[in-house]
Amino acid sequence: MEGLSLDLVVLQLFTGLALGAIYVLLALGMSLLFGMLTVVNFAHGAFYMLGAYVGIMLLGVGFNFWLCLLFVPLVVGSVGLLCERFLIRRLYGRGIDYPLLLTFGLSYIMVECVRIVFGTTGLQFDTPDALVGATDIGIGYFPTYRLFVIAVTFVVLGLLWLFLERTPYGLIIRAGARDPQIVRILGIDVARVWLVVFGIGTGLAALAGLLAAPLQGASPEMGNSILAEAFVVTVVGGMGSLVGAVIAGLLVGVVVAMTSLLAPEMAQVSIFALMAVVLLIRPQGFFGRAGLMS
Amino acid sequence: MLRIEKLQAWYGPSHILQGVEMQVGRGEIVCLIGRNGAGKTTTLRSVMGLAGRSTGSVTFEGTSLLPLPTHRRNALGLGYVPEERRIVQGLSVRDNLRLGLLASTHKRREQDVIAEIAETFPRLAERLDQDAITMSGGEQQMLAIARAMVSRPKLIMLDEPSEGIMPVLVDEMFALFARLRDEGTTILLVEQNVELALGIADRAYIMDQGMIVHEGPAKALLADADIQERYCSV
Ligand SMILES: Nc1ncnc2c1ncn2[C@@H]1O[C@H](COP(=O)(O)OP(=O)(O)O)[C@@H](O)[C@H]1O
Ligand SMILES: [Mg+2]
Repeated sequence: MEGLSLDLVVLQLFTGLALGAIYVLLALGMSLLFGMLTVVNFAHGAFYMLGAYVGIMLLGVGFNFWLCLLFVPLVVGSVGLLCERFLIRRLYGRGIDYPLLLTFGLSYIMVECVRIVFGTTGLQFDTPDALVGATDIGIGYFPTYRLFVIAVTFVVLGLLWLFLERTPYGLIIRAGARDPQIVRILGIDVARVWLVVFGIGTGLAALAGLLAAPLQGASPEMGNSILAEAFVVTVVGGMGSLVGAVIAGLLVGVVVAMTSLLAPEMAQVSIFALMAVVLLIRPQGFFGRAGLMS
Repeated sequence: MLRIEKLQAWYGPSHILQGVEMQVGRGEIVCLIGRNGAGKTTTLRSVMGLAGRSTGSVTFEGTSLLPLPTHRRNALGLGYVPEERRIVQGLSVRDNLRLGLLASTHKRREQDVIAEIAETFPRLAERLDQDAITMSGGEQQMLAIARAMVSRPKLIMLDEPSEGIMPVLVDEMFALFARLRDEGTTILLVEQNVELALGIADRAYIMDQGMIVHEGPAKALLADADIQERYCSV
């Protein structure tokens, strides 16, 4: 390990947290959708990609990056709402594979549409001016934009927590995730709640895509590769568990960053190795309920 | 108030209810008894829109229920406490109660409800912030009843509320049912505890193999050991 200063390791830890923050935003949405709707959303990566491209479109018509942070999740979340309302809703209660196939198809359609409109080659996405450069975090300089990604994620987590724990709507969502039937018996229209949940989940995916774009650019396929990783995070954290998604997201980010530092060629593999180890020890993931998948 | 006619219900291919005929009048306690597997739970679930396919007619205050989704049936004033109680895991007692209030049709203030709970269910009031699932079976049953009552349903259907509960609590619960009736709530009670149920009910129906096989005043049934023996012994 000689040659690796502590500072370098800590800086890489921050890099991992920034990467993990993107995973967290994606996995939160996936876990929310799975926990409440038992929908494994294969289009989640496509919504992520859409986030980056809608950002490019909005910037093109004169929005600034800060407004994009607000409007991209709203626009893409609305697309998600429409998908839920008119397509996915018809498949509830038919088993896990129907919505899976539908969202798989949806993701192809979205990716193809983006290819037609924006071309097949990736596009560059400039870091907003205010966030260019590096900031001294005590032990060294760290890219300001990555700090910003971490900060935004924690703000979003805080807001989501407040929404779920402190509002009546959040209470319905938490109860509905555990037992939709009693929620109906008590007079609440669960379908409307699910619609909102789908909007939130896809909106979070879009925010992740927008935040990732300045780091890696935008390409029609950007969602495909990260979907597998987000899926790993969701499974490791425990399908349906939001706390699990947060912890597993950050952990996976850090593991990837650390492996990149020590053995770069192992970085991708390390994600799946982590999943295998966790699932061998705890098949339901960190915070998953046992038997949820059966 | 509740009129069930020619009700048939299926779970997949199995034909469970084969033409159930029942009525519950305003202000009554009506009790539905019968052996395990007779179809009592299925009847209540069907009224609530939770059974499989159902045909026939179920009307509540003249409104036809079968086309309506479950939450709309609740909004009409139908409360239901299922056999499994369905206390939501991970939610406090208070949040479980709140759930009963959240449907937009019931406009009652939380403070008023909590104050009322404190009078009727002092044990729950002491445990408002406890995770509901950690309470005893009896307390959970009380919570399930309280949660169904906070929206002030006109008719409440209870499925085997005394199942697995200490006798002291059962007596308390039945005293509560009698009081609710006196205050104007109509009750449809499914019970295995036949003597207790017939003791407070006005009328009773006996169900066997998906059909009503006997009906009459509760007092008459209570005296009729023969019928009880035939349809209710386990
Ligand atoms: N979800 C279900 N799927 C298939 N069959 C069921 C289901 N629930 C109940 N049944 C069957 O329906 C019949 C009536 O059950 P139920 O209404 O629960 O009876 P009771 O409440 O009188 O004990 C039983 O034969 C039972 O096996
Ligand atoms: Mg039953």
